Amino acid sequence: MFADPIAEGLARGWKVVDASRVSGNVDLDADVAIVGTGAGGGVTAEILSAAGLSVVMLEEGPLKSSRDFHMREAEAYPQLYQESAARKTLDKAITILQGRCVGGSTTVNWTSTFRTPSTTLAYWQREFGLEGLSDDLLLPWFEMMERRLSVASWAVTPNANNALLQSGAARLGITTGVIRRNVRGCLNLGYCGMGCPTNAKQSMLVTTVPAALDRGATLVTRARVERVVARGGRVVQLEAVGLDAQGTRAGRAGLLVRARHYVLAAGAIGSPAILLRSGVPDPWRRVGTRTFLHPTVVSAAIFPERVNGYAGAPQSLYSDHFLDSVPVDGPIGFKLEAAPLHPVLFGMTLPGFGVHHAEMMREFACAQVTLALLRDGFHPDSTGGNVGLRRDGSPVLAYPFTAFVWAGVRRALLAIAEIQFAAGARKVYPVHERAEGYTSWRAAQAGIARLPLEPLLARVVSAHVMGGCGMGTDRRGGVVDARGRHFGAENLSVHDGSVFPTSIGANPQLSIYAIAARNASLLAQELTGRPVPAIA
Amino acid sequence: MLGAGARDVLGAIVPVILAGALPIDSTGKSERVQSTIAGVDRAIAGLPSHAQAELHDLFALLAFAPSRWLLAGMRQPWRESSAVDVAAFLQQWRMSGWALKQQAYLALHELVFAAFYADPASWPAIGYPGPPRLD
Repeated sequence: MFADPIAEGLARGWKVVDASRVSGNVDLDADVAIVGTGAGGGVTAEILSAAGLSVVMLEEGPLKSSRDFHMREAEAYPQLYQESAARKTLDKAITILQGRCVGGSTTVNWTSTFRTPSTTLAYWQREFGLEGLSDDLLLPWFEMMERRLSVASWAVTPNANNALLQSGAARLGITTGVIRRNVRGCLNLGYCGMGCPTNAKQSMLVTTVPAALDRGATLVTRARVERVVARGGRVVQLEAVGLDAQGTRAGRAGLLVRARHYVLAAGAIGSPAILLRSGVPDPWRRVGTRTFLHPTVVSAAIFPERVNGYAGAPQSLYSDHFLDSVPVDGPIGFKLEAAPLHPVLFGMTLPGFGVHHAEMMREFACAQVTLALLRDGFHPDSTGGNVGLRRDGSPVLAYPFTAFVWAGVRRALLAIAEIQFAAGARKVYPVHERAEGYTSWRAAQAGIARLPLEPLLARVVSAHVMGGCGMGTDRRGGVVDARGRHFGAENLSVHDGSVFPTSIGANPQLSIYAIAARNASLLAQELTGRPVPAIA
Repeated sequence: MLGAGARDVLGAIVPVILAGALPIDSTGKSERVQSTIAGVDRAIAGLPSHAQAELHDLFALLAFAPSRWLLAGMRQPWRESSAVDVAAFLQQWRMSGWALKQQAYLALHELVFAAFYADPASWPAIGYPGPPRLD
């Protein structure tokens, strides 16, 4: 069987507290309190611990490990995802996939790793004054995190679900590339989205968080941070509640954490929510605004032969053709990737019901699914969404689409259909309540042109939530500066994807790792007065 | 967690949503409908409070005869409704321009198909062999 690094670490004496099993008040003190153990929190915890600082990590989700990952959607979605993988935007038009567990979204992502595109960084410099964040400045951080997480180009033959994307694209003169993945000893199973059962995926769960715990950090799980309390421009404490075992309701523990410095790494939506609940001064009302999603549209194609999209590395090939062929601030561009097929996700995604739906489901093994991830945030008509709070304090994202974004949806569905037919599909279903299966490119072209593009009709999903605590040069332009330091409180930082002023235009994990690593290193140097060791 | 009213609603809706995917024999069909309803119940129990509250309201609306009739067009109690009428109501909500109805339809769609296809019993018919064995 496979070694379980979490079980082994716990046996070695890691300091881990499950807040759902605690009643009463818990007081914790540390040099740094980190909220969230995802891409930003994990990296921050390892770097600060390596610098000799005492660290407390607070995680809303449970600590689950490879022995818990049975490759079953019914278990994975409620255990490892926000709102059981059913989180929605306010109008319910977009389904949002984010992790909620130790390791955050990195525990359930599909391992695709891309550096922040140069066009994105150039745009940030131009439009947000973030001159420091250049390709040159970030290069050593990309390289360090690529080493740390075993990032490499996927050298195994792509599965058919990916290969068909490539072959169709090639027939149309559309270039594709090989995806780099943060995996080591990957067995090419295809269940990344349900937690890697072999620990091949180098998520925060099996890398940075264990490293921090090995250096004496404390991890509290099933604890939701309600707010930070700030006085006179400094955070004085952080308040959290223990959740019940299911993680849906408050349990019986109240936690108070005091630290010299506080790092929010609860992700987009999560970090803005904490700030909104905290009442930290936000004079320009920036918090929660400019939240981006890489809004994703989906097209399922049926092929004459079995595709077996449930098996093999989920994403191994991509195309940036529809990003690179337009200016970054022009018509909204999109990245093409394949998506793995599993029964629950496929069944929920396909529109309709009854006999018609059952017939489509019987084509499951012959289906290929292509996604288009729209590059939002680079145009005045693409300002993203806003995070607000419900009466119970839980966050909700409102993300209305403009005509500009809908035009991108239509272009994307057309582009994907053309590629799928070029690859030999006999039927293509753009996922939309009014779309039939089209049996030719000509029929698809005409049909997609006529589809009413409205919320709740076109199926839109997101696996990349970004922004809401955007970087800027001052309080008017952002919530944090380029080092992730909050403009309103001197000992408060944000180290996660919520700091992005736009979407990334590529799967975001490496962008988060690199920026968090740089900013955590700066923070560690400031707190210790010493240079920080590299973690790889 | 699901009350009697919600179970009546689901008892009528689930067989229609899953028409074509259920076993043909009445025992098998009934078992799969009941296990799907149980799956829906478990899924709702794992949702955050705000989502549970919305679903509770939806089922209350559908279970209450006046609103069942007014909003879903269903004059008969759910246990006596015909599959044709249930399908018509679902399709009407799906295609209505009214966001609340569309959202409700999509919520039912998501819950029922998630519960049904999470069950390994539904996998042979779609050609899914299940996860690989790791020894």
